[in-house]
Amino acid sequence: MTQSLNRIAAMTARYYYILRSSWLRLLEIVYWPAMQMMVWGFLYTYLYQSKSAMASTAGLLLGAVLLWDVLFRGQLGFTFTFLEEFWSRNLANLMMSPLQPFELAASLMLMSLIRLVIGTLPVTLLTLLLFGFNVYAMGPGLIAFFLNLVLTSWAIGLVVAGLVIRQGLGAESLAYSIMIVLLPLCCVYYPVEALPLWLHPVAWSLTPTYVFEGMRAVLLDGTFRTDLMIECLALNAVYLGVGFATFVALLQSARHKGGLLTMGE
Amino acid sequence: MSRIERFLPRRHLTPVSPDATPAQDDAPVSLGIDEAPAIVVEDLCKKYRTHWAVDDVNFNVPKGWTVGLLGGNGAGKTTTIAMIMGLVVPSFGRAMVLGHDMATERHKVLSRMNFESPYVALPGRLTVRQNLTVFGRLYGVANLKARIEELIEDFGLGDVLDRVTGRLSAGQKTRVAVAKALINDPDVLLLDEPTASLDPDRAEWVRGRLRAYQKRRGATILLSSHNMTEVEQLCDFVVIMSQGRIVAMGRPGELAERFKCRDLDEVFIYLARVA
Repeated sequence: MTQSLNRIAAMTARYYYILRSSWLRLLEIVYWPAMQMMVWGFLYTYLYQSKSAMASTAGLLLGAVLLWDVLFRGQLGFTFTFLEEFWSRNLANLMMSPLQPFELAASLMLMSLIRLVIGTLPVTLLTLLLFGFNVYAMGPGLIAFFLNLVLTSWAIGLVVAGLVIRQGLGAESLAYSIMIVLLPLCCVYYPVEALPLWLHPVAWSLTPTYVFEGMRAVLLDGTFRTDLMIECLALNAVYLGVGFATFVALLQSARHKGGLLTMGE
Repeated sequence: MSRIERFLPRRHLTPVSPDATPAQDDAPVSLGIDEAPAIVVEDLCKKYRTHWAVDDVNFNVPKGWTVGLLGGNGAGKTTTIAMIMGLVVPSFGRAMVLGHDMATERHKVLSRMNFESPYVALPGRLTVRQNLTVFGRLYGVANLKARIEELIEDFGLGDVLDRVTGRLSAGQKTRVAVAKALINDPDVLLLDEPTASLDPDRAEWVRGRLRAYQKRRGATILLSSHNMTEVEQLCDFVVIMSQGRIVAMGRPGELAERFKCRDLDEVFIYLARVA
């Protein structure tokens, strides 16, 4: 157990060294969420001041943008940290070391969390300063939303990392594109009722749907839907298990295919 | 071809020339050592789609020996080493290291092994010190600081220790990679062309360090190389592969004698053309 923790710490240190080595990398983590928030923030301001029917729901927009970013950046942080091993041709060194797949996954999760905090925290403060939208007003519910979205991002990150191991860098673009599939289905900017009836089961099978419905309940009705968060957490436990099993299966498949030797496109 | 036949080693499907494969049809070759071998390669085969990259390879490496795995490009050396490391799962047969099957039990033995290859890089954005620290911790090295100090002294890394690894010269990178390969004092060391990018002087210097390590630790070394002088200097025994199969094996001097060649270089060229 101690050795396992030591290896997780070693890998986290390895990723931290990379992050620390370039201020441009650090800046990039904040840059994209900040720019996105500026665009949506000005739209929020416009809607809020327009006295239209949309004015009352303008806050939902910013809340949704912030939480979607947690999901999106969480997965990007996980996958990009993993891709470092491919880009530096270091994966075989790791696979030959006593590092176990779950230890690698744990260090990627930790690093995703660190990148998320670096990227999201300044943006939430920026939103408060520039647009007067306080995401922390969601109270303890925000922790539940954050936790559930991060767990989902890790589950997806594990599958993408597995696909990159199995298919090589040809699968790299999945790191950017896979989350976009979820965007229309997990009801980020609109309630589930807005979807056609036949898509409802699909939406409710996706964990982010529970979070965004929960967020709307807090911002519109002032109620925290514990039931939604518990269901979401249970579903996330399943998805995380499936994500890790997929990662291990694809790693094993790459060992059969000889993919760990070539490690390219 | 039946489903079972596809996974049989090719020797069962096609005739083998006895001249080209002197040790091919034997069981794992005994080298006259009583102690259990450090590496056992048994009927090892790897098939990619329709191509046999490694085809029925058998050899043992006794503890404390340095064995050279030779062959031209595409001979199957790297795939064989990858199966011994457990990075590739054999289609048939098995590779065992220190008594453990590397396809299924590799995690029991990985902390006692290490490897170096010019085709695998250390993280280029980390400094040499950071790389050695990370790998030392991954291998669970006790008293890591002292071990790193030893390696710095042995490999003359003092002047590059705090430099970013990716910006080092090819020779410096090789020295760092070999230092990383020795960080855990491995019992079994796998080296893929360890001096490929070094000038003759540095190459000899690294060979000297490997010899010293092998002598001090009694480690087992399996190395692949295209440099026959290096193989003659370092190896107790040589396995030569061509097209995925072993075409000759023996002590370097014996091989030259057997094939009526002046040296191992000539043996290599002769076998590459004949096999």
